[in-house]
Amino acid sequence: MSPDVAAAVSPAVVGGIRVEALDAEAVARIHEATLDVIETVGVRFPSERALDLWEAAGATVDRGAEVVRAPRALIERALATAPAAYPLAARDPRLDLPLDGRHVYAATDGCGIEVADLATGERRPSGVADVAEIARLADALDEVAFHWIPVSAQDRPAPSRSLHELLACWANSTKHVQTESIVTAPEARAAIEMAAAIAGGRDALRARPVLSMMQCTTSPLGQDGGSVDAALEAAAAGIPVGFMTMASAAFTSPTSLAGTLVVGNAEVVAALALLQIAAPGCPVYYAAAQTAIDLRSGAYTGGGPEDFLFGAATNQLADFYRVPLSMGAFATGAKAPDWQAGVENALSAFLASAVGSDMLLGLGLLNGSRIWSHEQLLLDAEIFSIVRAMLRGIPVDDASLALDVIASVGPAGDYLTAPHTRRHMRELWRPRFMDRRPMGVVEAEGGGPRAWANAKARELLATHVPEPLEPLLAAELSRIVHGREREAGVETAPTIVEATAAAGAGR
Amino acid sequence: MNDTAFEAMRRAVVDGDADAAAAAASAAIAAGIPPLVAIDEGFMPGMKEVGAGFAAGDLFLPDMMLAARAMQRALNVLEPELQKAAVERAVAGRVVIGTVAGDIHEIGKNLVGMLLSTSGFEVHDLGVNVSPERFVAAVQEHRADIVGLSALLTTTMTGQRTIIAALQAAGLRPPVKVMVGGAPVTGAWASEIGADGYSEDAMGAVELAKRLVGAGEAAR
Ligand code: B12
Repeated sequence: MSPDVAAAVSPAVVGGIRVEALDAEAVARIHEATLDVIETVGVRFPSERALDLWEAAGATVDRGAEVVRAPRALIERALATAPAAYPLAARDPRLDLPLDGRHVYAATDGCGIEVADLATGERRPSGVADVAEIARLADALDEVAFHWIPVSAQDRPAPSRSLHELLACWANSTKHVQTESIVTAPEARAAIEMAAAIAGGRDALRARPVLSMMQCTTSPLGQDGGSVDAALEAAAAGIPVGFMTMASAAFTSPTSLAGTLVVGNAEVVAALALLQIAAPGCPVYYAAAQTAIDLRSGAYTGGGPEDFLFGAATNQLADFYRVPLSMGAFATGAKAPDWQAGVENALSAFLASAVGSDMLLGLGLLNGSRIWSHEQLLLDAEIFSIVRAMLRGIPVDDASLALDVIASVGPAGDYLTAPHTRRHMRELWRPRFMDRRPMGVVEAEGGGPRAWANAKARELLATHVPEPLEPLLAAELSRIVHGREREAGVETAPTIVEATAAAGAGR
Repeated sequence: MNDTAFEAMRRAVVDGDADAAAAAASAAIAAGIPPLVAIDEGFMPGMKEVGAGFAAGDLFLPDMMLAARAMQRALNVLEPELQKAAVERAVAGRVVIGTVAGDIHEIGKNLVGMLLSTSGFEVHDLGVNVSPERFVAAVQEHRADIVGLSALLTTTMTGQRTIIAALQAAGLRPPVKVMVGGAPVTGAWASEIGADGYSEDAMGAVELAKRLVGAGEAAR
């Protein structure tokens, strides 16, 4: 392996296409309904720390039921302190991502359970080496702007697993890392310590957060206590943190789409308000992955017209609250990189991007976010590259109207050899994995999108070497992971950097 | 005249109308219809009809849930009468089910519990984030034949092993059978931790439960 050029990020730039699922009046009505729900029905916060904060701020707290009912003025006042724009920082500052409402940054999906082996196609439980390998592969793709923890390091102890995973990502990529796997306060504190070591101290981390966190709400109208406590740690440290609703129409939220938006909105708005009450001005974001259940099995579908509409509608809510949005897309229920995966991921990615979702999750997982596939990662990246090209829209100006060329070619000529064509042809989108070969060639040669994606993944893994962590920093990060292990009373397990070093020394 | 009473019971279940089901059950008691007859000839035909509609693809999960709830309400009304008459309603088996400690995923567990109860099992749902101690206590309290352990996280699935050990330590295993499920759980994991069975969906869970109580019976 030889070092290659630095990793790059190329987000989609918003503006070329306009899609609107809700008009201003609809947004206002959803907002009103949301405040009404928070004030009268309430939201459950099973966290003593959260309930204390709510009570001190003037909300009505039912300690027995752990339900908070907050007056609208309190919610509106709290939300007003949330910053509208801030960066997600990266180990390599050139890869920082300004969340400014004008870009769509895509990331890998997260917390997969199995990995489809690149060589055999067989499924196996995921481990820390998979996290490292996937991070390295994603580092090489400019469509991937930041990481989620792609799969779980099941070969590491549960209390420190999320930290092993985090370190495996940082050690294999210079891009921003966002966790969706840190759901307790002690893990959050250790992760923040790791991030501070990378950023160069707590203040530096506040200015350039190389780590952000995502937590889930628990529909309907509830939160997970551990997740809330972890989020409060992030808020105190100034690490961007968001809450994702996964309200599922007909099971954990109303069957009507507007009703599902209200339930999810109440969960997210209440959580973000709490974070602002705890740490006014801390960077927060809205996150969502609503769905409509499969009416036969109750399964979370992650694809279907309702999901796509939720993707189009939610950024309008986040815009209304002037906070960035992280939108779940690419959440196909398909079992393999196939037609279903293509349809679901293309439509979900397109609608969420066209409305300008700031963060777009997540590439690479199949079977409802359970099976990681390197092939799917590359095919999803191709989908994102199509969406990115569409978002450029159709600029109309003197140069693009191209009257000069039209005149010079005249009727019945061709544009193939016009200098204008050569000048601009690279602006056209070009596929990497679409099969545009003649039928006879396909029959003779075989191959095709999946096979090419597989080959590309192998090639990138054989050649791409990201900038490694400084050895001293790597040791410091490992030390923090082991500190958490001792605190939790479990045996220490080698971090990926220690394991790699040991393997190197043994050779 | 019993026919119109049975028809009202059947309708209440098919419509998923719990109030109507309770009313039909009270009316049956008032009319002197024996509770077991009301169940077998009034309410159960409604359940079967809904089950058939679901299998045919005409009905959906909410139809099933509502029918089950209506059935449950009727049973609650009839239960004291059954006790008075000192007849025990035959249940397919007693199941204690819950999501393991540290895990709050409940949708799949609820579905499994719901389908088990519509299939004639007596189900005690302990909810989410359930400690091994609570599982053990519930098995003792309800004299359970089966324990169902749901885990959706790779970090919490090891809790299934802990619970099996706790049941063992309490001297409950065997006879109590353990079945496991949830997104990261596989058949291989089930055998590794010494569970008696695994299913990847609610339908399969019912089949499995029936097999497990059958096996328990045979062993006795
Ligand atoms: C909905 C959902 C949630 C909801 C749960 C809502 C609720 N009230 O239950 C919310 C948003 C709260 C949530 C939270 C989290 N989630 Co979640 N969630 C899901 C999701 C998308 C669907 C689960 C579901 O309800 N499926 C529908 C039901 C019908 O299916 P099922 O649960 O699999 O159950 C069936 C079978 O498994 C089986 N079965 C289930 N239990 C049992 C028991 C027995 C005895 C038997 C026999 C059978 C059986 O039968 C059921 C019916 O057919 C899954 C992904 C997925 N596709 O599974 C992730 C998933 C399980 N979650 C995941 C994660 C990481 C989390 C969080 C940690 C995220 C976070 N950062 O906050 C938290 C965990 C909090 C906690 N402490 O538990 C990961 C777990 C991955 C891992 N490596 O461990 C998954 C796989 C998604 C992912 N890749 O990120 N989640």
